[in-house]
Amino acid sequence: MEVKVVKRILEANEVIAQENARLFAEHGVYVLNLMGSPGTGKTSLLERTLGALRGRWRIGVIEGDIATSRDAERIAQHGVPTVQINTGGACHLDGNMVRGALGEMDFDGIDLLIVENVGNLVCPAEFRIGEDDKAMILSVTEGEDKPLKYPLMFQVSSALLLNKIDLLPYVDFDVERFRENALKVNPRLTIMEISCKTGEGIERWIRWLEERAQRKRG
Amino acid sequence: MHEMAIAQSLLEIIEGEMASWPSSRLKEVKLRIGVLSGVVPEALEFAFQVASQGTVAEGALLRIERVPFRVRCESCKRTFEEDLPFMVCPRCGGEVEILSGRELEIESMEIEDGSQGRKEDP
Repeated sequence: MEVKVVKRILEANEVIAQENARLFAEHGVYVLNLMGSPGTGKTSLLERTLGALRGRWRIGVIEGDIATSRDAERIAQHGVPTVQINTGGACHLDGNMVRGALGEMDFDGIDLLIVENVGNLVCPAEFRIGEDDKAMILSVTEGEDKPLKYPLMFQVSSALLLNKIDLLPYVDFDVERFRENALKVNPRLTIMEISCKTGEGIERWIRWLEERAQRKRG
Repeated sequence: MHEMAIAQSLLEIIEGEMASWPSSRLKEVKLRIGVLSGVVPEALEFAFQVASQGTVAEGALLRIERVPFRVRCESCKRTFEEDLPFMVCPRCGGEVEILSGRELEIESMEIEDGSQGRKEDP
């Protein structure tokens, strides 16, 4: 006999993500989920961001990696509270992993929490963690067809950072075609061209981030 | 490869549901998975096979219905089934809303109900 069930498979994660979101809201903390491939520049962007916001925002960081605490050590040098999550093989962070890390974070001491997800262009897009915004970063060495090949991550993101634009003279990357592809997949994306190496475009990103965080604090 | 995490979530739902059918055997689980969901059906089947070993779902088959990507234009109100995940109307260029394609759902379970079977025996 057939038994009707009709449930979203990731329902349990959604529930935990909503609980996390409630906790963030209670403490007035804006949360950004930063996603992108391995080596695309997530940690470098984070370092640039911490440098630019020093003294203006109190920031906390959660670092998601399959193994090692290298990124957390790199970030902790900037003097911000950092919690490392090792997923032990999982290719993404989920609501439950983030909830586990929240006990180690002093929410009254921060206004803005940045969660660096595991390097991956597919899986993190599927799991909400209670964030206010998702931002993704992609570098020019990865190719302009990525929005078509990995549409979900582009669709769930509010901001898209195109990194390593200092390398544009050396790679075949058509920025205009990339923008077109990305906007076809998600017309509401805010696309920003940056170089974490030279600092180009970082100011605009910081303005975007501060606007979003400010909006939440009201 | 987040199919393992999805298989485990699926298994938790199944175990919860099967608790209401203690003497029954699970034969098949029907899923609806949108083409945009980023899940590879074969990988999910394999992950489920591994994750379900030693549980009530061991040996059960997954029947996966792939749900196409369908959108409706918010301007001209036409609906389209699309191969590429574009959020722009192919006719008028307006913004579209997604009707289907993001699903990641369990729809039903096919079980052999042991107790009911016995009751019907004369």
